[in-house]
Amino acid sequence: MLAKRIIPCLDICKGRTVKGTNFVNLRDAGDPVELGKLYSEQGADELVFLDITASFEERKTFTDLVERIAANISIPFTVGGGIHELKDVERLLKAGADKVSVNSAAIKNPKLIDEIALNFGSQVCVAAIDAKQTDEGWRCFLNGGRVPTDRMLFEWAHECCERGAGEILFTSMDHDGVKQGFANEALRHLSDELSIPIIASGGAGAKEHFRDAFLEGHADAALAASVFHFGEIPIPELKQYLCDLKIPIRL
Amino acid sequence: MNIAIVKYNAGNIHSVINALGRLGVKALLTDNEEELRGADKVIFPGVGEASTTMEYLRAHNLDRIIRDLKQPVLGICLGQQLMCSRSEEGNAECLGIFDVPVLKFNPQRHEDKVPHMGWNTIETDGKGIFKGFDKPEYVYFVHSFYVPVCDWTAAKTDYILPFSASLHKDNFYATQFHPEKSGSTGERILKKFLDI
Repeated sequence: MLAKRIIPCLDICKGRTVKGTNFVNLRDAGDPVELGKLYSEQGADELVFLDITASFEERKTFTDLVERIAANISIPFTVGGGIHELKDVERLLKAGADKVSVNSAAIKNPKLIDEIALNFGSQVCVAAIDAKQTDEGWRCFLNGGRVPTDRMLFEWAHECCERGAGEILFTSMDHDGVKQGFANEALRHLSDELSIPIIASGGAGAKEHFRDAFLEGHADAALAASVFHFGEIPIPELKQYLCDLKIPIRL
Repeated sequence: MNIAIVKYNAGNIHSVINALGRLGVKALLTDNEEELRGADKVIFPGVGEASTTMEYLRAHNLDRIIRDLKQPVLGICLGQQLMCSRSEEGNAECLGIFDVPVLKFNPQRHEDKVPHMGWNTIETDGKGIFKGFDKPEYVYFVHSFYVPVCDWTAAKTDYILPFSASLHKDNFYATQFHPEKSGSTGERILKKFLDI
């Protein structure tokens, strides 16, 4: 049976992981390759590396890092941040990334999704959507939730799917960082409406939250950062917990 | 050991080179007939579209070269599909090493999303590249077309229906999944292939 995926997300600034970690057994927790390797050994199913600097000069640093990740890690990984055009996608795939995630650039220029799918296949294109609940419903936001757009979550997710995105990475800005669980109702709506996998993001604080994202939110994968980085939820323990609940999980 | 990887217009070839590198093996990426024939093992990886890839292989005479190889050959993902008789993807005439067609997944329920992407279990015959495998193991898949279960099925996976996760016939081995992206299980499989 196809397993539900657990995906740690690493934020990268100038080639280093930010937000620190408390892994005592790592020589250099700031090195994304070391941390990625550790997660992979612990049973992470995929990894996401987000370049949060992505200024023009720093893109080369990130590309070099992607090459090192590809050489050292034996599970699939997605990279995002600073992807504006097809050239950026090509550069990162060439460096060894398996998938790229596009967010703001796709909202500003939706054709980018068609171009990625056409040139490299849908499977490499992850459409990342940040959304918040407003009076009119779930609205898409840019720049980490600071800039509202005229796009609504469900219609935009549909459009991404039609244009050829291979997966939707949905982050609820209302739930992100609050550690009270994922936006399960919206997740379920997305998952039941769309024909591509949905990755839940934003809100993980306890093992039960992952269970709910899968059972109530019908998510195909769940992504989290701090609960993994700070060792609050060790991945082996999380996966055993989900497995005991008969959720299909790779152990 | 002298390992050659077939160089052609497919994506993701470097991830195979990287995976071999992690096993301490340096592979030669080539489309040269002598080099391919002279290698101890040949790997035929690939991510791409069947019909355009077959056109490329034919134009470069690689279809004949691959078909005639005598040493152990491992096809991966699109590589496995191209080793079959034909593919529904672009109605491609393929290499015909395995006399079985490649079909498109036809989802029956909403949960059956296509492509089949992620970690799924394989049930193997415990032979060849799966020597020592005695229980189902998780490996990583990304594909929209599949090879039905047939006489040459070496491993099976159930998604929408049971299909061939791996094929084996004489010196030809193939996997629908990506051993190069399947963590330690994938490494074991690649090692077994290198040890054949």
